[in-house]
Amino acid sequence: MEPSASDREYFERAVAESLDGLYGAALRLCRDSSRAEDLVAETVMRAWSHFGALRDRQCFHAWLFRILTNLFFEECRRQAATPNPASLDAMVDDDAESDAPFSIFEKLHQPFLLWWGAPEREFLNCLLREHLERAIAALPEAFRAVFVLCELQGFSYQEIADMLEVPVGTVRSRLARARSVLQRALWEDAQAAGLLKSTVTAPSGDKSGEASTAQAAAGRHRHGPA
Amino acid sequence: MTAVRKISCEEALQHLYEHLDHALNATDAVEMEHHLETCRACFSRIEFEKQLKERLAAIGREQAPETLRRRLRELLRRF
Repeated sequence: MEPSASDREYFERAVAESLDGLYGAALRLCRDSSRAEDLVAETVMRAWSHFGALRDRQCFHAWLFRILTNLFFEECRRQAATPNPASLDAMVDDDAESDAPFSIFEKLHQPFLLWWGAPEREFLNCLLREHLERAIAALPEAFRAVFVLCELQGFSYQEIADMLEVPVGTVRSRLARARSVLQRALWEDAQAAGLLKSTVTAPSGDKSGEASTAQAAAGRHRHGPA
Repeated sequence: MTAVRKISCEEALQHLYEHLDHALNATDAVEMEHHLETCRACFSRIEFEKQLKERLAAIGREQAPETLRRRLRELLRRF
């Protein structure tokens, strides 16, 4: 059935409302602004050609992202002739710490590290947008898609599962792995960039240093009213 | 009124991200909130993760470039 003038008006308005989010997601998925623009344009074209089949317009926003991610993975499959060395399976096999998620917070509170001030605040203050962008870009596609949809676009686990046509449990596990990989990348990036300069390793023979560090760590981890 | 079940730090940390993602059911969310009111360590941890999450969310807010807007206007005209 040919879309009516009001359908067209609705479509244009709804696309305009979702456009920044679509472009933001496409940019993180494709890691290239030109490819991201192509992906969004293709998404809008496909959405228009299937618009008549959309029964519930409340779902329009999520439906657009579903099309966007489908197109992204189609593109990935087309490029599969040059396999990604950091494919999902390779990462699962290679990461010896798959059962122990990496946590920056726990790293910041290692008992042998001495921090002056509030380590979490210092770390976050040093963290630049480019560090975050780089860490997201380094995630393998399957993790990156889930991460972008949840963390950057705020979709629920169920919405993401529907978009990617995977069980909710898969969304949860990919998200957990993505967060772990991302935190490790941020930590290593910060170390390489010298952002952790305020971290002082207490000399092994310095008992007073160890004691004060341990006390500081214990103080931070003390359980009590927040 | 039913008393809120006390959860351990281990349990709280297991549900940390679900709490931040608003993916906990009502009962689990209340138990988590109760734990965070009384546990400084978990409160600090969750505050850190929350701030990191906010920084990441800001990355998702990209303004679509004018070239893309023009291209879409042109596409929509042809539909």
